[in-house]
Amino acid sequence: MSNDLVTPDDSCGNSIRLSRRRFLQVMAGTAGALVVGIRMADAADAPLPPALLGDNFHDLGAYVRINAEGNVLIGARDPDTGTGVATALPRIIADELDADWTRVSVVPLGLGVTSNNGQPRWTYGRQIGGIGGSIPAAWNDLRQVGAVARWLLLQAAARRLGVPGDQLRCDAGMVIARDGRRFTYGELAADASKIALPTSVPPLKKPADYHLIGKPVGDIDARSIVTGLTRYATDEHYADALVAVLVHCPWADGTLAHIDSTATLAVKGVVKVVQLKPEPGQAWGNTVIAPAVAVLAEDTWSALQGRQKLKLEWKPGASGSESSYALEQQASALLAGKTDPTTRVRNDGDVDAAGKKAARRLDATYFQPWLAHATAEPMNCLVRLDKDHASLVVPTQAPQKAWAVVQRLTGLTPAQIDIKVPRIGGGYGRRLDHDYVAEAVMLAQAVDKPVRLLWTREQDLGHDYYRSGSVHQLSVTIDRKRQLLGWKQRTASASALAHRNVPDNRLWTSELQADQLPAALVPNYRSDWYALDSATPRGPARGMPHLSNAFAVESFIDEIAHSMKEDPLVTHLRVLGDPREVPLSSGGTMDTGRLANVLKLVADRIDWKNWLRTVNGLGIACWHVEGAYVAHAIEVAMQGEKLIIQRVVCAVDVGRVINPLGLEGQLAGATLDALSTALNLAITFKDGQIQQHGYKDYPLASMAQLPNAVEVIIVPDDDRPPAGASFLAMPTAAPALANAVFRASAVRVRRLPLMKELLRML
Amino acid sequence: MAPVQAQALPTNPDSGIVPEKVRDGIDLQINGEHYRHTGDPQMPLLWYLRDVLRLTGTKYGGEHGDNGADLVLLDGKAVSAIAQPLARLAGAQVVTVEGLAGNDGTLHPVQQAFIDEDAIGCGYCTPGWLIAAVELLRRKPHPGDDDIDRLPNLCRCGCQTRVRRAIKRVAAGKAGKA
Repeated sequence: MSNDLVTPDDSCGNSIRLSRRRFLQVMAGTAGALVVGIRMADAADAPLPPALLGDNFHDLGAYVRINAEGNVLIGARDPDTGTGVATALPRIIADELDADWTRVSVVPLGLGVTSNNGQPRWTYGRQIGGIGGSIPAAWNDLRQVGAVARWLLLQAAARRLGVPGDQLRCDAGMVIARDGRRFTYGELAADASKIALPTSVPPLKKPADYHLIGKPVGDIDARSIVTGLTRYATDEHYADALVAVLVHCPWADGTLAHIDSTATLAVKGVVKVVQLKPEPGQAWGNTVIAPAVAVLAEDTWSALQGRQKLKLEWKPGASGSESSYALEQQASALLAGKTDPTTRVRNDGDVDAAGKKAARRLDATYFQPWLAHATAEPMNCLVRLDKDHASLVVPTQAPQKAWAVVQRLTGLTPAQIDIKVPRIGGGYGRRLDHDYVAEAVMLAQAVDKPVRLLWTREQDLGHDYYRSGSVHQLSVTIDRKRQLLGWKQRTASASALAHRNVPDNRLWTSELQADQLPAALVPNYRSDWYALDSATPRGPARGMPHLSNAFAVESFIDEIAHSMKEDPLVTHLRVLGDPREVPLSSGGTMDTGRLANVLKLVADRIDWKNWLRTVNGLGIACWHVEGAYVAHAIEVAMQGEKLIIQRVVCAVDVGRVINPLGLEGQLAGATLDALSTALNLAITFKDGQIQQHGYKDYPLASMAQLPNAVEVIIVPDDDRPPAGASFLAMPTAAPALANAVFRASAVRVRRLPLMKELLRML
Repeated sequence: MAPVQAQALPTNPDSGIVPEKVRDGIDLQINGEHYRHTGDPQMPLLWYLRDVLRLTGTKYGGEHGDNGADLVLLDGKAVSAIAQPLARLAGAQVVTVEGLAGNDGTLHPVQQAFIDEDAIGCGYCTPGWLIAAVELLRRKPHPGDDDIDRLPNLCRCGCQTRVRRAIKRVAAGKAGKA
């Protein structure tokens, strides 16, 4: 396939050649209003199924194209980092469309943007992947997209048959009349594409009529992935592009003191050496992450050899004296002292007065390490800049944010920037930032040629927007009836939102949840956040802020049970109380019945009633995340110093499920990710320099360390709209594991990573 | 096997066309096709596959192979492509993920089993898992959990339990069957 730029917009009518890769664009508003803006715009230039190339496709709205043979092309709006949205979102459209899934091909849409008086107008609305919002948003607006396309086909058939549209029905790619006459979608597509779009949303299907939603289906890209044909951004290429590899300054705020690139430039294939600097005043994630020297060459091997021959001296900035150890000491000192918190996140009742009436009191402090993203596909970006056009292939979770970076650096108008987003090799929040896009654009400007930027593994771990470590001090008071009277949580950490133009009074939101357990369930509850100041770059991370807090809170509830010599399941269920909807400060509610239900489900499955009798250790934990409920039960065995995770059960209630197989994979995967993180992973830094350089010292769990299976239970709950599940299974895995380890070994691990702490304490 | 020696080519004195001299190089087979590498003999196989041949199924995993995304079969053995300078590969037979399926598009049973079990996260490291699984099943058609535990691959998406199921499915002869 050619990588040449798609020719500019020339509005060629509704029926277009596929090779022009255009979509008619309709924007469906989220509130049910259909915003119809018909115009042609450049859309996905992604690899298309060869069988479809050159065929004549007809547009039925922004996301759907059908050719005469009845092949259906559906656009996937949100970047798929492995979460399955490229399968699930088109399924939602295809169901409303009554399409035959075996005839559907999915095309990643890339960024949809046009100019609106010089301002960007987002053609597809929200486009963001991997933060748990894709499915809920799609449920609101993509069903309408499918309904509009279906309505167009019905109208076309009605006109042809001379009967009213309401006397026709659709089934598996066909419109069928009462007298049995029928047309395939392929036969109707050309006519349907000429019919004016409806001014209001046609009625949506009844849930009883869904034929795809709720049915399991494998990943849409599975075949092309297992045959090695799926092209990630790092696989894309322009023939005249130079490959760029970088050396970053060890300190984000450091400077380049000396450079000698003579030997580098002598390497065959090396074209140029370019220095990069963060733009002053720009927020983290919007510009170069640290000063850097780039080697540009004709191919990767030459560039890497040239990079090895660079002679560089760096000078540290203020962060040069920072260490993760000192920051933790500082956090502990803050929590031990009497200073006021940076933010009082929640304060219900009077937690101090409640303490005076208590029969018992328990305190514990939990420690979380700094973490990296460690995506499988390192940061990379392909960019071509022309005088009035920029064309990029970017592995981004947030193409609109990538657009803003390109726009700022190039000054181009919104529609002159074309951003394609192929399938992505893992995101976990790292790709909500676009430092690598800034780097690639700056380099393309410096060499006046297309640039293919590639980070090495070492850089990827060593120059990240990390997740801050944190210290959580918990204190509970309990009355004689074993009811929790008061709960205090004090957390100290460096906010992920600092240096990102977020007001100071909102910096806590990446560190604590005002509504996290057991808030709203304990009459006297207070949570305070203490800010740590750090120059080490930080940013969005998977499961933030649930991950760190769930470990502390759910471990602590287990400790409370132990202190009362009680079954932790009983303690948990008492904290949750009767099934009811508890109002939350976010405006939503938490259903204690649904939460208790998933907890009981995992307990039953793992044979919890024998929790004291088994020689192995059992542990449980539960959590709620924006209308979704999750619980884990884990069984471990200790063989000397070896920890064996025997069984893992995960239950969730996410409301309606779009693709149960995809959800199961996502839950099993997030569980393993959380276990791997909890067992092994920590980023440390000394003199401001990250001490982990590869998987050798940032060891994702091996196959042997992980359980052989994750048993997933999905609560059928079609009465509620779907909630996001991207990281849902992460928060409860670590506390369930630590609680199980406690039962198996009598060692209470309050500091992660668990293996290191366990071996220290055994 | 020694590299093929450059030979003097016959020329037709009447045509005036002198064919280009066959250049010295490293001959190897990749997915059954013959290739001759005439560039830097120290170039690792990974960059030859990705940059020169544009066979991008084999992924960069790190400077030392790291997560196993760059595994290929070299004379039947799973090795990191980045650790194989072409100089060492004269006469070698390499199979990449693109070469696992038959020429008619029939999937290798391991590929089919990965689809059957949906053993895919983001998919970036999947080619490496496939190569490692193919090698394991060739060595040991009925691998135990201990054998599967020794696979070198890493994955943050958490495809490991589904990969395990896929390997067992192949061992049970059930790939492609319900």
